[in-house]
Amino acid sequence: MKFSDIVVIGGGPAGMSAALAAADAGVRVTMMDRGQVLGGQLIKQTHRFFGSERERAGTRGIEIVKILRQQIAENKNIEVLKNTECLGIYSDGVISYETDGKYGLMTGEKVIIATGAAEKMLQFENNDLPGVYGAGAVQTLMNVYGIQPGQKVLMIGAGNIGLIVSYQLMQAGVQVAAIVEAMPKIGGYKVHASKVARMGVPILTRKTCKAALGTDHVTGAVLADMDEHFQIIPGTEEEIEVDTICLAVGLAPLSELVSQTRCKMRYIPQLGGFVPERDENLELTAKGYYVAGDVSCIEEATAAMIEGSIAGLSAAIATGMNHPEIIGKRDEWIKQLENLRSGKTGAKIRSGFAVMNGGK
Amino acid sequence: MESYEILESTGVATRDMFENLLPSSERRAKGPYIVMECYEEIPCNPCVTSCKFGAVQMEELNKCPHVDYEKCVGCANCVSHCPGLACFMINETVGDGKIDITFPYELKPVPAKGDIVNALDRKGAVVGKAEIVRVLSGPRMDHTNVITMRVDKELIYDARNISLE
Repeated sequence: MKFSDIVVIGGGPAGMSAALAAADAGVRVTMMDRGQVLGGQLIKQTHRFFGSERERAGTRGIEIVKILRQQIAENKNIEVLKNTECLGIYSDGVISYETDGKYGLMTGEKVIIATGAAEKMLQFENNDLPGVYGAGAVQTLMNVYGIQPGQKVLMIGAGNIGLIVSYQLMQAGVQVAAIVEAMPKIGGYKVHASKVARMGVPILTRKTCKAALGTDHVTGAVLADMDEHFQIIPGTEEEIEVDTICLAVGLAPLSELVSQTRCKMRYIPQLGGFVPERDENLELTAKGYYVAGDVSCIEEATAAMIEGSIAGLSAAIATGMNHPEIIGKRDEWIKQLENLRSGKTGAKIRSGFAVMNGGK
Repeated sequence: MESYEILESTGVATRDMFENLLPSSERRAKGPYIVMECYEEIPCNPCVTSCKFGAVQMEELNKCPHVDYEKCVGCANCVSHCPGLACFMINETVGDGKIDITFPYELKPVPAKGDIVNALDRKGAVVGKAEIVRVLSGPRMDHTNVITMRVDKELIYDARNISLE
């Protein structure tokens, strides 16, 4: 059976940062990811990131992934298993995985789980018609493979993903007919909203998609107004012509693997749903297991990368790399994450952690 | 509805929100100046770190930027560095009833100097014609082209984008 000081499951922004932080602290890391290339969602983020300079603010996600990949390739302490799907974590700590069609088993002294999140679905009539996409798929088609998903898109959801993907659709030469949002306010950053608005994309709040139209594929959508209880107001239905409906209605943590560690799981809506309880160092109640990124709290990639650094250093420290300098570095990242979440946009996350730390 | 509520439900900043950002009339008459249309407190500060003159200040990462117009020379370096594409440079000293508005532009094709294009407002509606007077696009801009359009001075609040047809 294979062994590594630290096993990192998931090679997105959180996992890559975790592997680098741990390896730099001097431990051997094995990182597995089911993708053909490392990077997770970063590989399609063509926009500039927010945050401060230390978090590479102002740099595009697709450039950040290049930097991280390069650092990982040059780091002799990191072994990367691509095309590798983690299958399970057993009660004795054995991790099973499939790599290029072969079954494998391994253990790690410490394990960091950074499996990310999955997109949520929305209930409406005909939502299984071809032409109804998740925003992640639209981004993959456009920004990874250079394929337009359609010619005229209805975007559902005005959070940052809905706004950013709308902007990128316009950049790809695709028309965005409208962005509809059930909430009374735009959820994403207003600067993102302003930049799509000035391109002529109407953002319609308190509105939803009631049905997709079409027989073989999407040919239109029925929009309707919503009341304050998120119920459709009868008589407000209107049809629009689109060939694509793109869903950007939120993410849910991919926490199935985490729950196999038998850690304490909590349902905390502010953090995205079922999430593992973890401490400040990102260790779970199942000792020796750590988390980073969307798997334990739906947030921006910037926060995921900082969490990766915290989890990587914490795990390395727990293996015995407890030099004051390394502990100091970890504590600095913890402070920086706190700073990032300290403003108005971090209020929801903070309230989620207040619930987590507030007892049962 | 309050101005900020309009922004929150449409993505369009109101005229009074924009006018509140403007420097003194003396400063406006002096030369180009930056307007940071960043009305929401988000954790972001490349505008501060990109300014070579220390003109952009921020209490802390989660606050809105504040411009010291004594120090701002109107270099527009921040225009291509702002991840929110929210920095606009305005020059009211070009005369002839015109002003220059410099804005970030990330679409293809990139217009050329001398082109006459449509000026679009904050909702993407055509509000007049614009002459492209400067185009900056190089590796330093990293695909965020910095375009200067010349428009009627009445469009100081409205003109924020262009369309090439």
